[in-house]
Amino acid sequence: MDTTQIRETIQMVKEDNFDIRTITMGISLLDTVGGSVEETAKNVYQKVTTYAKNLVVVGQQIEREYGVPITNKRISVTPVSLIAGHADEKEILVLAHALDDAAKEVGVDFIGGYSALVQKGFSHGDLALIKSLPKALTETDVVMSSINVGSSKAGINLDAVKLMGEMIKAITDKSDTANSKMVVFANAVEDNPFMAGAFHGVSEPDVVINVGVSGPGVVKRALEQVKGESITVVAETIKKTAFKITRVGQLVGTIAAERLGVPFGIVDLSLAPTPARGDSVAEVLEEIGLEQVGTHGTTAALMLLNDAVKKGGVMAAQGVGGLSGAFIPVSEDAGMIDAVQAGTLSLAKLEAMTSVCSVGLDMIAIPGDTPATTISAMIADEVAIGVQNNKTTAVRILPTNSTKVGDMVDYGGLLGTAPVMPVVDKSSTDFINRGGHVPAPIHSFKN
Amino acid sequence: MIKAVVTVVGQDQTGIVAGIATTLSEHGVNILDMSQTIMSKTFTMSMLVAIDAAADFDEVYASVKEEGARLGVTVHVQREEIFDTMSHI
Repeated sequence: MDTTQIRETIQMVKEDNFDIRTITMGISLLDTVGGSVEETAKNVYQKVTTYAKNLVVVGQQIEREYGVPITNKRISVTPVSLIAGHADEKEILVLAHALDDAAKEVGVDFIGGYSALVQKGFSHGDLALIKSLPKALTETDVVMSSINVGSSKAGINLDAVKLMGEMIKAITDKSDTANSKMVVFANAVEDNPFMAGAFHGVSEPDVVINVGVSGPGVVKRALEQVKGESITVVAETIKKTAFKITRVGQLVGTIAAERLGVPFGIVDLSLAPTPARGDSVAEVLEEIGLEQVGTHGTTAALMLLNDAVKKGGVMAAQGVGGLSGAFIPVSEDAGMIDAVQAGTLSLAKLEAMTSVCSVGLDMIAIPGDTPATTISAMIADEVAIGVQNNKTTAVRILPTNSTKVGDMVDYGGLLGTAPVMPVVDKSSTDFINRGGHVPAPIHSFKN
Repeated sequence: MIKAVVTVVGQDQTGIVAGIATTLSEHGVNILDMSQTIMSKTFTMSMLVAIDAAADFDEVYASVKEEGARLGVTVHVQREEIFDTMSHI
């Protein structure tokens, strides 16, 4: 019995906010398609409530036995546009409600997969789903949505980018916070356990358990021990810490899968912050040597952090997937909020940071009078970074009506609080209104 | 049989070891290894224990937590694999 190891583990949980962020059960809905959308909805409810019946209970039991908090229990499903059949934008809402009802019945925190993959073009179901978003996201509570508008293989669907700008505005007109439940992707991954972007890809098995780990506080604590040492030591320290964190994810995932009688998929080894002090990715970057996140050197420090997290985690898990890296949501990270308020962290810098980390412009509040085409142009920029660099990027941007730059908007719980950030006021309308398709980059032709 | 680690931290006083050990024995839990020290007036103890398959983990957990509360100390009961998995390949 090694009491040092025991003390270290307990300290990680009790003092450094280490948690298993989520156990996410992926459920295929491909076999739920019925003759009518109502019949499909009934089948969806039936399948989700049957498969995920014990998910929350098993999660809570594991928390108790191993003393590691599992913050969220979630479900991801096949992109709903694929099972929508000939439903129109009103009829498809019955599927959103079926998901919401099923998730509440089994007691999970969120259900993801009210999604469409439109990087190459729209099918009937894709358009119905996208146009239903303002209602779907405001009439339901725990349904999460993602729309993939670009990929390195297919290029960028600029019509979809334009449409998503309009939808984000339409959602804002119904609710100031509902946009936090929807993300626009490039190169979306099919086994992501994190929200809002989790969906269950079509190549996935019938049902699977994926796990997302987190622990920026643990990494920060480890880096406090190597103050002033070379950056090589920093990289090594992060790798070792990521290894330990991921091992717990692997253990919890294996046990959960075994007890639920479901195959274990992947560990997503991400550093996901929460609004709590000491659970911040910004604070990790500052520990590496930046006075405040957003200053010069931030992109380099983030690149090192993101890469070291992946390297440490890869060996610790049997299967690695999802987004795997450092998340930089503004509203969910106390250090990011401070930096925005101090004027150190700008939208332009955040965009640069997304070229070296695992997500994109995430949980950023902007003024409610930002034009739809400007929002589309922000999406286009972010998607371009992903498409050109063969990586996932995402936009979860939150225009908020009747707010001005500097106001704080509260999204509740883990989603946190965001300061409204300034947006460039020159128009991108003529660019976005061109519509059409941005061809795939030359390096996608590898066959 | 489940192996678990019981850790106890708190203000030192008479009867902590006795209280926790008695509670464990009431549930048929066997103590395999034990380490205890006082670090600047703070009592810390780690025990490796074997919980019989017939005994219910949740019941042992609840009773030991309750005893800890009575003694005014913080008690954790965690399955052993969590410590192994983090530090060994």
